[in-house]
Amino acid sequence: MYSASDLRKGLKIMLDGEPYIVTEFEFLKPGKGQALYKTKLRNLLTGNGFEKTFRSNDKFEKPDLVERAMQYLYAQGDEFVFMDVKNYEQVSIDRETLGEAINFLVDNMEVQVLLFSDRPIGVTLPNSVVLTVTQADPWAKGDTSGSDTKPVTVETGYVLQVPPFVEEGDRIQIDTRTGEYITRVKE
Amino acid sequence: MKGMGRGGRLRLRHRLLAATREFFDLQGFVEVETPLLAPTAIPEEHILPVPCAGGFLQSSPEQYMKRLLASGEKRIYQICKSFRSGERGRLHLPEFTILEWYRAGDDYHQLMNDCVALLRHLAKRLDLPSPFTCRGQPIELNGAWQRLSVAEAFSRYAGLEAEEALAANRFEEILSQRVEPHLGSGRPLFLYDYPAALASLARRRPDAPHLAERFELYIAGIELANGFSELADPEEQRARFAKAQRALTAQGVDPGPMPERFLDALADMGPAAGVALGLDRLLLVLFDLPVLDATVAFPPAQM
Repeated sequence: MYSASDLRKGLKIMLDGEPYIVTEFEFLKPGKGQALYKTKLRNLLTGNGFEKTFRSNDKFEKPDLVERAMQYLYAQGDEFVFMDVKNYEQVSIDRETLGEAINFLVDNMEVQVLLFSDRPIGVTLPNSVVLTVTQADPWAKGDTSGSDTKPVTVETGYVLQVPPFVEEGDRIQIDTRTGEYITRVKE
Repeated sequence: MKGMGRGGRLRLRHRLLAATREFFDLQGFVEVETPLLAPTAIPEEHILPVPCAGGFLQSSPEQYMKRLLASGEKRIYQICKSFRSGERGRLHLPEFTILEWYRAGDDYHQLMNDCVALLRHLAKRLDLPSPFTCRGQPIELNGAWQRLSVAEAFSRYAGLEAEEALAANRFEEILSQRVEPHLGSGRPLFLYDYPAALASLARRRPDAPHLAERFELYIAGIELANGFSELADPEEQRARFAKAQRALTAQGVDPGPMPERFLDALADMGPAAGVALGLDRLLLVLFDLPVLDATVAFPPAQM
């Protein structure tokens, strides 16, 4: 059980049966009055954010959240199958829960799966991944349009902007948090 | 100023303390010291006492300074540490420095005048520009300061009565989120005449007993001082303390014993007024520092 005085940025709490993370926190106490704990919260199931102010006597349950290291195995329709690297237990996660992560998932990649009461509710990828370019227009040397990037497609089907020298078959490093190109990898 | 290191902070604080003492000394006030560690705490519903060594660390020097008034002192001031459990934020430290002064025979209007004179004196001694800047606003200390009653402030900025907010247990929420951001823009502002339920140790207005003769000083939305005409009626004070003690006990907090000697002394005190000003907050405002931690030599993260 948490009380309002435990609130801080990053704390995860239960509200109305759903898990939330505190994304912003401010302590207020005007005059000799009661303390106020002003927060911004994000629902860990829906991703929706909202503001809420708590009082000293507010209490919260701790959400049953665990993060486990898992390996991505394969996709079956809209279900993506992962395996716990410690106990080999398999779980499947749907496309909607994976969200943007789907753009960067390749076979055997190790990710952190967040489980709420044993139900997977999200994955955290490594901060960067290396993917193969499967489609790129050749760099037209005489191009004087002034454009300094061009779109390419990588093995997951994700399309991003890269410098013009990147070619089909190149391996490129991508920041999974922003979805942006970092560098070309020489192997 | 923002990148000031520990040495810079110490030297600013030193100049502030020296200039503060100079101000009060020139006006014939006596600097006093009273116990920080006491067998009783002043019971206040929303101030959590800090138990220590069989007693309590003070949340303000109020009980002993008023006992000095009762024993005949007329003008006294003190600069001391005070402690409030659980108060931690951009503008809160659980240990902070209070400047508190009292005048026998005066009321809260005189204290407001003192605040004006004190801040002008400090600004001069600390070589502040006029106006100085705080939170992106120019703050002018010269000329008349603003005065706004709590009732006017609530109707003007929140569109409801302070009493309604109080009844809905939303007074602090509305004050901090809808009213305070407007207070003390351009010039300092005194917010005054609080609902009697928030009187704490203040006297009710004889001509309007639903109000307490209490004020707070604001600059750029930041609360700096809390002052009042003192309640000198031991029976009313006892009833308020008992109510606060019950509220603390209901929260699972030990309020300690009733401050009997303080209540006894009130009968001998006579009319008086006193104000507590947060010196750390004042440094923050005068030098536009981002957080209270930036005003002390050792903020909690560096202890």
